[in-house]
Amino acid sequence: MSAATEIPAAIPNPTGTEPQKRRKGGLNAEHGRWAVYLIGPTIVLLAIVIGYPVVSAIIQSFQLDQGLDKTTQLFVQGGFAGVTNYVHWLGQQCGNVTCPPGSLGSQFWVSMGNTFFFTVVTVALETVIGVWMAIIMNRDFRGRALVRAAILVPWAIPTAVTAKLWYFIFDANGVLNHVLGQQILWTSGEWASRWAVIIADTWKTTPFMALLILAGLQLIPEEVYEAGKMDGASTVQRFWNITLPLIKPALMVAVLFRVLDALRMYDLPAILTGGGGGSGNATTTLSILVVDQIRQGFNSASALSTITFLVIFIVAFVFVRFLGANVVQTQAAQQKGELK
Amino acid sequence: MTLAADRPRSAARSRDRATDHTQVRVKRHTGPKLRTGIQATVIAVWCLLPFYWMVVTSFRDVGFTFDPTPWFTHFTLANYETAFSTALGNHLGRALLNSLIIGGTVTIIALLVGTSAAYALARLEFRGKSLIAGAILAASMFPGVALISPLFQLFTDIGWMGSYQALILPSISFVLPLTVYTLASFFREMPWDLEEAARIDGCTRVQAFRRIILPLAAPAVFTTAILAFISSWNEYLISSQLSSDATQPVTVAIAGFQGSVPHQEPYTAVMAAGTIVTIPLVILVLVFQRRIVAGLTAGGVKG
Repeated sequence: MSAATEIPAAIPNPTGTEPQKRRKGGLNAEHGRWAVYLIGPTIVLLAIVIGYPVVSAIIQSFQLDQGLDKTTQLFVQGGFAGVTNYVHWLGQQCGNVTCPPGSLGSQFWVSMGNTFFFTVVTVALETVIGVWMAIIMNRDFRGRALVRAAILVPWAIPTAVTAKLWYFIFDANGVLNHVLGQQILWTSGEWASRWAVIIADTWKTTPFMALLILAGLQLIPEEVYEAGKMDGASTVQRFWNITLPLIKPALMVAVLFRVLDALRMYDLPAILTGGGGGSGNATTTLSILVVDQIRQGFNSASALSTITFLVIFIVAFVFVRFLGANVVQTQAAQQKGELK
Repeated sequence: MTLAADRPRSAARSRDRATDHTQVRVKRHTGPKLRTGIQATVIAVWCLLPFYWMVVTSFRDVGFTFDPTPWFTHFTLANYETAFSTALGNHLGRALLNSLIIGGTVTIIALLVGTSAAYALARLEFRGKSLIAGAILAASMFPGVALISPLFQLFTDIGWMGSYQALILPSISFVLPLTVYTLASFFREMPWDLEEAARIDGCTRVQAFRRIILPLAAPAVFTTAILAFISSWNEYLISSQLSSDATQPVTVAIAGFQGSVPHQEPYTAVMAAGTIVTIPLVILVLVFQRRIVAGLTAGGVKG
């Protein structure tokens, strides 16, 4: 790597906004004008590719599905539905009756449960393993560059390929059962398929977590540990009382990112366990349910995707508001080199 | 927000700490060193073993698919032929090309549009800046599934189903925000004194940007391009629903692979295809390791 390639990292002292602060008034107006021109295209493009579909999905979710009614076998014309589509999912109502077992409608709460189960378990595992990996990588040892390169490999492999790879490893005759000396039906057993998804997801995304935590770790000055040592703190005490509080902002942001990512999990369970696993819906996530629903009625699917979107939004809000995962502030603090 | 602890320290120092990987640390004793070595080995093996298994299997005769020998045995290149065999319905070559077209176009659009936004977010002070930064960040966390049902209907109505633009447009929804916030955090760390100097010397803002800043920003833009391309290359959900046989990218192609033995999961051929798809990324990642890590953490931790 040439010296020039390291510019973003190697410049030791970027100028902050100091000179601007002195003459803020006039400059702000000029900056504001420029900002409109410079950010405008991005905002417009995002409004087209995100704003339009979201608004359109919300409108559609209040319309009836066209086509044959699944319970009465009569053609339904569509038209205004009120909150019927939402009641369909949240209240498990298909027409005037409770959704029959096996229908997509009946799988809503199961999928919701699976989605949150996967999210909690994978993110918890990834956080613990990620912190451990980051601490090891932050140490000084021979071959450190090699380990850092190695952990990028799972991150770089496309999730679809990861799913196929673990599908092979998890085969009933596959290498994992061979090593374990077991006959576990990893991709079709009720709980085995859930753990298969969790193991594959943990393998794939822990490195990303570890890198984010490592970036936080590297901001801790060695002197803090030295001081801790002199005061007689043990390794365990130093971890709980020095490391953890200091990496908490970086950790919270990493956890927030992973939680939001896990809540929309699709690729892995869809390919690894055929979207079902177990009795047919052991690994069905909300995203999988939406995709299954699309060909059976846009409008119900739109209602479901709107619900999914709201769930993710609420979780993000709770994180930022109550758990202190403030992305923008962490960013600003790190800019100033004063991570608080 | 919760403030965990105060850290009295100069700004420049912490930045050195954060970026200088080669700094000399306090010497440790042999015992802890050995333990660190063992744990590091465990990490590396855990990360590489499944990948290694994919490569080994991809070179193994299909009759020995489940042979658990941990090194290369029953060596063959037949799986790679199967992977590219259009007679069996595996259009891997075409799928690779599709992924290149989609990933390349998305990356170029995202850079063209996003660079100026990143510059504004990094360099200008204006009202509503943190709101816009937050909105762009939120956009990158947006669930792709919420786009699918309306786009499915829209593209069906206007006859775009299975077209390239039907795959490129939705990809912009997550690649553009990623591009903007990664670039913005790179831009914040650049030597903007030079821009000031150029402007004092009579350059306009645009000239200063073009002649001074752009050349300096090239590595950051390049790193961001790699990250943008990888995230587009790895996309599966949207493509699996909106692509046709002619336009499907590699991720979708691999998920629906056909083998040389009928009615049998074509593991060895899938591993071969997986290896082909992954090797370029792994090489890219190994060559640009430090900068990719910088880009990932810039986008992640620093927003």
